[in-house]
Amino acid sequence: MSKLPLEGIRIVDITVVWAGTFATQVMADLGAEVIKVENIHIWQTLTRGMQARPSKELISTQVPMVGGYPDREPGDRPWNRSPLHNSLYRNKLSVTVDLRIPKGMEILKRLIQKSDVIYENNVPETMEKLGITYDWLKEIKEDIIFIRVPAYGLSGPYKNYRALGVHLESVIGHNVVRGYPDMDPSSNSAVYMGDYVAGVQGAFAVMAVLHYRNRTGKGQLVEMAQAEGAMPMLGEMIMDYTMNNRVQGTLGNRDMHGAAPCGCYRCKGEDRWINITVSSDEEWRGLCKVMGNPSWAQEERFSDQLNRAKNQDELDALLEKWTINYDSYELMHLLQKEGVPAGPVMTAPDCFNDPHLKERGFFHRVSHPEAGTHLYPGFLFRISDIPMEYRKPPCRMGEHNEYVYKEVLEVSNEEYTQLEAEGHIGMDFDPHIR
Amino acid sequence: MPDELLSDVKVLDLTHYIAGPYCTKLFADYGADVIKIERPGTGDPARQLSPFFKDEPHPEKSGLFLHLNTNKRSITLNLKTDTGQEIFKELVKEADIVVENFRPGVMANFGLDFPVLKGIKPDLVMTSISNFGQNGPYRDYKASELILYGMGGEMYSVGVPERHPLKQGGNVVQYEAGAAAAAATMGVLFSSRLQGIGQHVDVSIMETQLAGVDRRHATLLAYQYCGDIQPRIAGWMPGYPSGAIPCADGYVEIAAGAALWDRVVKMLGEPEFLKDPKWTTPTAQTDPALKEEFETFFIPWMMERTKAEVWQAGQAARVFCGPLFTSEDLLHDQHFNERGFWEEIEHPETGKVKYPGRPFKLSNAPTPPRRPAPSLGQHNEEVFSDLGYSSEELVKLRDRGVI
Repeated sequence: MSKLPLEGIRIVDITVVWAGTFATQVMADLGAEVIKVENIHIWQTLTRGMQARPSKELISTQVPMVGGYPDREPGDRPWNRSPLHNSLYRNKLSVTVDLRIPKGMEILKRLIQKSDVIYENNVPETMEKLGITYDWLKEIKEDIIFIRVPAYGLSGPYKNYRALGVHLESVIGHNVVRGYPDMDPSSNSAVYMGDYVAGVQGAFAVMAVLHYRNRTGKGQLVEMAQAEGAMPMLGEMIMDYTMNNRVQGTLGNRDMHGAAPCGCYRCKGEDRWINITVSSDEEWRGLCKVMGNPSWAQEERFSDQLNRAKNQDELDALLEKWTINYDSYELMHLLQKEGVPAGPVMTAPDCFNDPHLKERGFFHRVSHPEAGTHLYPGFLFRISDIPMEYRKPPCRMGEHNEYVYKEVLEVSNEEYTQLEAEGHIGMDFDPHIR
Repeated sequence: MPDELLSDVKVLDLTHYIAGPYCTKLFADYGADVIKIERPGTGDPARQLSPFFKDEPHPEKSGLFLHLNTNKRSITLNLKTDTGQEIFKELVKEADIVVENFRPGVMANFGLDFPVLKGIKPDLVMTSISNFGQNGPYRDYKASELILYGMGGEMYSVGVPERHPLKQGGNVVQYEAGAAAAAATMGVLFSSRLQGIGQHVDVSIMETQLAGVDRRHATLLAYQYCGDIQPRIAGWMPGYPSGAIPCADGYVEIAAGAALWDRVVKMLGEPEFLKDPKWTTPTAQTDPALKEEFETFFIPWMMERTKAEVWQAGQAARVFCGPLFTSEDLLHDQHFNERGFWEEIEHPETGKVKYPGRPFKLSNAPTPPRRPAPSLGQHNEEVFSDLGYSSEELVKLRDRGVI
């Protein structure tokens, strides 16, 4: 059995919401010691939930992603039970310190001396107000790696603009190219491609820079504007504009390279759907065979890719009259058997019951002291000799104060008690925080 | 040789289409030597995909291919031939990383699966990207961008309840998988360098969605916690204001709701009627009558302002928001131009064209100058002559269809 790849690397995590937090989770999974720095006097909306102390009544009105606390009960410490939070904090440690006062910054300084990386994705002015700059960090530790992942970067007119993934995706042109082609953009929902790529590319950046440090001894300031990191995901649309002056509109579920039919069709049951994509004549013949070669499918208007693309609205309507008779899973297997790409739109229960995911052991049973025992989603990838595991359940706020203060920072028992009294150390938010 | 971030890393790139090439592009754009190994004759099928420069279908003019393959070298090699396989093994001796995205089992058919390659290079990192992973009942199933999002991603809850669920734009799922694969590969390179141990990374695109941060992580866990399925509703969350909202000259995406209500009130200039406590009760955000009352004021407020004005008012009040831009708006936007994000690259078939720049900037390491995507087999001679093949031998290999 090999060691975890990042064993021995310590990361100070001052990230918020998802974009930075996902990056440190990837590196925690790979064995880095990620220490999440939190403040019991400050509530960061969307990081440990929407509100610190939501009422049972409020969460009962919220969508599961936000209000889906275990059994819809906020519990004594809701911030340790939120699905928004607990889905991103496995394998991490949590320490609390009040960075608004000099003593807190002194503690941070001591932590940085013993760390390799400091990761943040706040609005740039937040770090500036705290005095956390690359120059300050370099003085503390010459080869420190500081990665900053704000929405729009450390310079330029939008420097201090706030955004969740969906907002910077609006700005980079993602939201106008997805949606129902026959409805306006208000009919669409928020997605977070921006957070996803900021996370994995941020992790890539840190590991590449650590690799460079191992070779050259050099530290680094890494700047990744989330908006810029996400733009390559839309590269072909951007290139269509820079090469051809063409502005891409929304294609709905259709394929931008011309595969047809390509769509989402209703199946038997309540709100059940199947996606089908046909990108060759061979696959079209497979689809026709499964449909029992109906006469309409032999018509000239569907004879090849170009014709099928041109007449896709009619084709979709005819296909849906057929798919509606089938269970989405059953239809996937029938189509795949004939070499036709197809798959159900999977809900959460579909995922937990899926035979493929079961056989691959995707989900992990995890016990959390304040949330109970549940199946948690697995990992982004597998490594042959290194088991990816929930070595630790999602960290509760302040859970690792003793370890971080006493073992990492070598604080005496006496000083620890004093820090507790000064309000740095704790496991509960201030009572005034709602 | 300039000392770039990854200039000591050599990658053999057996990938095609999107996910694999984006993974190796990240390595190439930060200095790794990425040798793209293509099928003789046709090469990477992405060369056949639109959009084409001036809409002229041509294997060296696909915008998709040009974007995904910057800074790489291209050689051709027929891995179905014994000689092709032998040459590949010679290349592996000098490589740090192999990335491939063939259907599972194809590398084994070539006699080039991980156990074989590890025998040649014990500390090799090999990354295999596939639709559903290297094992399991769906291993050999076919997929597409749409299908992978529907199965792995949180597609079910995107759109409106009465209609079908919606995918994301373009090929986002495959890009995300490529970026995730790059992170995995870089992480495992650590083990390789520090411990001298090679590893095989199995990337299932479906699982990169299931384990990804685009809501699926939270909706799966929420289902476990409370038994409820994330519903398909438009906007950011139920409540108001939420989602893409029309204004004088377009739309602005806004996220608000109970936790951020104070910011919205501030953005709207703190009108008296919004100070009533009824707006902050636990059920205020789900009360249709209150929503209607709010919109009586809010919709005219939006329609009197341009998207730039709404964006600024929102930012001044710390509201999470952003205007809906097209690619045209984006390319002309002052911010990204001022930051020098776009990179102009000269290519023999297209001349100078603007490309999306690199995702991150470094204070203390040079980034390599941009080289355009290679033409098919452009680097055959230099790569194969490094292996000791003479020009004569190369002609013979070409005649035999090996390169």
